[in-house]
This record gives sequence, structure tokens and C-alpha cells, in this order.
Amino acid sequence: MTKHETDEATGVDTTGHEWDGIKELNNPLPRWWLWCLYLTIIWGIGYMIAYPAWPMISGATKGVLGYSTRGEVAAEISRFEQQNADLRESLTQVDLSLLKDDPDLQRFAYANGAAVFRTNCSQCHGSGAAGGLGYPNLLDDDWLWGGAIQDIAYSIDHGIRNETDADAHWSQMPAYGEVLSSDEIDSAVQYVLQLSGGEFDVEMASAGAVIFEEQCSACHGADGKGSRDVGAPNLTDAIWLYGSDTAALTETVTNARFGVMPAWGQRLTRSDINAVAAYVHGLGGGE
Amino acid sequence: MSENQSLYAPQVPIFPRRVTGYFRTLKWWIMAVTLGIYYLTPWLRWDRGPALPDQAVLVDLAGRRFYFLWIEIWPHEFYFVAGLLIMAGLGLFLFTSALGRVWCGYACPQTVWTDLFILVERWIEGDRNARVRLWKADWTLHKWRLRITKWIVWLLIAIATGGAWVFYFTDAPTLLRDLIAFEAHPAAYGTIAVLTATTFLFGGFMREQVCIYMCPWPRIQGAMMDDDTLTVGYREWRGEPRAKKRLESTGDCIDCMACVNVCPMGIDIRDGQQMECITCALCIDACDDVMDKIGKPRGLIDYLALSDEPQERAGQAPKPILKHILRPRTILYTFLWSLIGFGLVFALFIRAEIDLTVAPVRNPTFIMLSDGSIRNTYILRLRNKHGEPREFRLSLSSDEVLRIDVEGSQTNLVTVAPDSSTQQRVYVTARPQDAAAQQSHTDLRFWVEDVISGERAFRDSSFDGKDK
Repeated sequence: MTKHETDEATGVDTTGHEWDGIKELNNPLPRWWLWCLYLTIIWGIGYMIAYPAWPMISGATKGVLGYSTRGEVAAEISRFEQQNADLRESLTQVDLSLLKDDPDLQRFAYANGAAVFRTNCSQCHGSGAAGGLGYPNLLDDDWLWGGAIQDIAYSIDHGIRNETDADAHWSQMPAYGEVLSSDEIDSAVQYVLQLSGGEFDVEMASAGAVIFEEQCSACHGADGKGSRDVGAPNLTDAIWLYGSDTAALTETVTNARFGVMPAWGQRLTRSDINAVAAYVHGLGGGE
Repeated sequence: MSENQSLYAPQVPIFPRRVTGYFRTLKWWIMAVTLGIYYLTPWLRWDRGPALPDQAVLVDLAGRRFYFLWIEIWPHEFYFVAGLLIMAGLGLFLFTSALGRVWCGYACPQTVWTDLFILVERWIEGDRNARVRLWKADWTLHKWRLRITKWIVWLLIAIATGGAWVFYFTDAPTLLRDLIAFEAHPAAYGTIAVLTATTFLFGGFMREQVCIYMCPWPRIQGAMMDDDTLTVGYREWRGEPRAKKRLESTGDCIDCMACVNVCPMGIDIRDGQQMECITCALCIDACDDVMDKIGKPRGLIDYLALSDEPQERAGQAPKPILKHILRPRTILYTFLWSLIGFGLVFALFIRAEIDLTVAPVRNPTFIMLSDGSIRNTYILRLRNKHGEPREFRLSLSSDEVLRIDVEGSQTNLVTVAPDSSTQQRVYVTARPQDAAAQQSHTDLRFWVEDVISGERAFRDSSFDGKDK
């Protein structure tokens, strides 16, 4: 039971609470403070009526203003879509080779393309576009099917080696395990190592050169520099999509590779394709 | 608890009497200057060239710029504002330890606007006695007329106060035209409405309640003051015993209640220093006036330091004011305050008009090009604080051989629009035979140079090679 007493100095009652000899005075609150409390209660009731408030079995009460955070987000999104409608239209129509002459549109394309890339492309090519084993690095200067902005847009639009788009880039390297003996394959691999400037066995490589001439040069060229018409990689450079060691090369020659990319034209708008093409082209490897 | 004690206290109306004197005059001047600064500042113009606003003081929240005369603050320079806030805090400590609640009594907006509202009240309804009579009177036509006139004038001042605030955030003449034509943004009307309501309510009706119940400063001040702090006090050793009737034994206080009648807080300073006192010093003026009339020396109520009490009681002279003010505590506050002030001024003078920051792209850390070269990518943010577009030349310096390329450009020139910043992707390449390509880490320094003025700025970064 707390003990009430009157403080001598002020003539005010204490609450009976005491901490180390310090007693709490029971001064009255100002009356307007009480009014403020009532006002907040009235405000609270009004708020409950106006906005979603009471949890019910399925969802909460809606509130007479019909406000929802989801609706607010939807309104914001549609507001920005309306704001960007003109830019999006320009991006749909634009001749990509002339995009760099329109800095505003290019900036919009980069920002939009970055979002499209992260949503649709990063699963294979990586969020930084550095690719991985079997998935091309989009930052470097090596392009299987061309690195000009229109070439990139075409690859995105129609995809690579997919059966859903008749215009997809298509080529297929034979699995030489069915054609050549393993010794011949080993020799050819040594020759490819020689082409690319790696360490190689001289004797096997000179035998491999003959095999290369007969079997490989049709697509990869007599000099091994490849061909973009058929997506045949340049074998003389430092970049290897499936690895550059002897084992990886032997596997490639024996069983071949068959990288597939979807035709994004079937899923994305023309404006999104142009945007992501501009974005990829602007990452440093664009030609 | 006593039976008769209410849980809630009604607001006791206060009718401060008009007073003249040194401190009242000082307060009129301070009111004129502070209100003048507040209402007029947004209308000052300052020519910054065609690309920038011509308002002398402008907080451009949408454009993320703060303009103050010739100074322009960007968001990354917010430390200037932080420094000013720290100086304001230290200044408050300094003034409070030297002169008590001098801020409350002279410069606080609550005090200044309440003073103005009381002035209006006195013009319309008369001085203290007339106002007390009017308050007690029935609600006749006469009383309604005076009250409504007063409220209208208060409301006009309140609208001007709320209105002036929004002018600090956008071009004032344009906004005024829009406001009158009802074309301004709803946020402007909303802000004006809220500030009008608070000014009207706090200046007209809440007054001392704001200081006593809402403001935290009266509670904090206790820690800021000590025995040497000069604050408004009553020389009770001289005044007591108080009496209206003059006798040999009575003190100088004739209990005329002048000090109580002029007090805007409704307290009796003779009860000693108390939480409600905002040290407005009007009781000093009122008492000095009375002392002059009865032929006693001034200063019965005065700025006093607690430490002087024993000497004064013994009839000795108090310490000189300067000795109270100059003490290690105030000197330390002044020193710290000036230190930050000089630091800010120094920072203001050395900051460059062009600037860059470097964000190395680390996803991936490096890539290999078809010729075996190693390339790193960096995102440079280039800032041009000039009022016209500038062309920047990008270059780098390093102990090793490295080449710099700029995305989308054959040259290493980048144009940055006036008073803005731009992001630029930049590539740094090491040839396969170069050391930078082989080792894990190479230090490098990016330079930007203003092609026309030759101004330069740099930022250090590093290059990642193959050997991780």
C-alpha cells in the first residue's frame, strides 16, 4: 500500500512513489491535455471508419475511403507507365544503330534494359552479365553471333538453337566421337591448343592439322578464327566458353556442344528487347 | 490524495501588463529583426546565371540542392548542415551556461510570436486592466466585436507565418502567384494550413502552456546552468520583508505586484528561480521603474548569479559580470563552437567545383578479352557544380601500364550538364604481358580535368589482375 503525503515545499500531494528519498509529486495535468486525449480517440474512431482497420475472418474491413496499399502501388506503377509511354513508343520504333544519337532515349533504354536483364537474363548469364561455363560472358569482346547492337537484338528476339522460333540462330557441331578415332581426336585437340597459343604436343599437332583441315575448317575456318554466320567460335583467341584444358576440348570434340537460348520475342515486347539489347551492348563488349 | 484536488488543472488566464524599459526595448528590436529575417528572406534574389534559381535562400528538396547566397550545398555535402546543427547545439549550451534561458526569453519563436500576439491584443482590447474587465464581462456585442477583430488580426499574422515558410522551398514569386490563383500544389496549402493553425493556437491561446508542458528545453536547462550562470532573480535580502506600508524594518519591495503583472508566464519571480521562468527580464524593467519612483536603487530584480548571494547578503559587491561569464566551461564551449565554425569555413573554401567518386564493378572483378588482356570496369560519378556545361577529360595514373577507355566514346571526354552529376562507365585494360594483368592488385588513380579551366580532381582505386 503506497503512502500519500503532502510535500512541504510545494504543498502538492505525492504519489507515494519514492526512489532513494526522491518523491514524485502528483501535480495535476493541464485540462487541455485531456482534451487532446479525447481528440485522438475521436480521430482514431474516424480513422477506423475511413481506412482498413478491423481484422475479420477473410481480410480486414475495407474502410469507406476504399484505400489499400496494393492499390496505391498499382496506381504508382500505372502513373509511371503513362509517364514513360512516349519513351517506350520511341524505343519500339527506334533504329538501334542510331540510339546513341538520342542520349535521353539511350539512358531510358539502359535503365529499362538493366531491369529486363535482371528479371529474364541473369539466371543464365549472371547478374553481372559475366556468364559462366557454357553461358557466354556478355562483357567481353568475343561474340558468337555478332556484337553490333542489331545483332544482339536479333539473338535476343529469336534465340539460339530453339525449336520454337523458325528464325532462331541455328548450327550444330557434329559429335566427332562417332566419326573419328580417339587418337585422331587427341591430335585435333593438340592442334587447337596450338592455334590458341596454349601448350601443345608438336607431333600430335601436326597430325591434327590435317584432321582440322578436313573436318573442322568448314565452320571454324582454315585459320581457326571461326564464323559468325554459323556461330562457330574463334579458336585462336583466349576465350573458351566450355573451358580451355585438354579434357574440356576433348569432350567438346567427342560429344559436341549445343547451347540453347529461348526466343525472347515470344515473351518480351519489342521495346523491352531493344532496351536489353542496348543495355548488353553498353556493358563494354558492344561493337 | 486530498478530496478537493482535481486530477486536471484548468488554464489560468494571464494578462501581461505593458512595460517599458531597457529589456523591453531590446526585445522589440530582436522581434523586429527576427521576424524581418523570417518574412523577408525568401524574397531576396541572388543571380546565379540562367541555369540556376535566383532565390537567395532556397531549400530545393525536389532538385536536392540547398542554396544560401553564394553557397550551394549538394546532398553529399550534408555535413555542412550537420556542422551548423552541432554549432547551434553548442551555442545553446554556451548561452545557457552563461545567461540561463536567454534563448527562451528573447529569441525562441514561441516567445517572439506570443509577444507579437500580446501586442495585437493590447492594441485592440487595451492594457491589462481593460483586458481583465473584458474577460469577466458578459458576451455583449462590444466584447464580440473586440474578440473577433483580435482573432482576425491573429489569423492574418498566422497565415503570413505559415505562408512565409513554404516560400523557402520553391521560387517565392511563382508560388505566391500560384497560391493566389489556387494552382499551387496541395502540399503547399496543407503546410500553410497546419502552420497557420499552430501559430494561431500557440501564439493566441496556448502561450505559456507550450513552454511549461510541451517544450523539453526547460527540463534540460538544469544541466546547463551552474552557480555562476547569470539569470533573472530577486534580491530577497534587499526586498524582504516586503510591505506596502513603509517602515524602518521593511525591505525595498513595496509588494506592488508590478513584476507579477507584467510576467507573460504568470509567475512571481520573488518565489525564486522556477521552471516556468523564461527569463524574458520584463519584471526587471517593471521593478526598476517602481524603484525609480520610490527613490530606491534599481536592481531589486536583476540578472544575478547564485554564487554572489553570500557576498551580497554580507553587503559586499558582487563579482563583475565578465568574471561570471568567462569561466572554463563557457571558454570550452566557445572554443569548440569556433573550432567547428572554422572547420566549416575551411571546408567551404577548399571544396572543388568538380568532383568524382569511383565505384569499381566487382561482379565480376575482372574479365578476359579475346587477346588475353585483363579488363576491370568502374562506374565514375562526375560532378559539375558550375552553372554551365563542362567537358571533362578522364585519365588515370599508375605505376603499371594500364589503358583507360570510356563507354560510348572514342575520346576520353565526357560532357556534364550544368549543376548536375553524371554516371560514366569506364574500362581499364592491362595487356596480357603487363604486370597489372598478372598480379592480384594494382593501385591506380583516376583523374578528371576540366578541359577549359584546367581544374583537376582525383580519386584512388585499384585494379584486379588474374592472380587472385
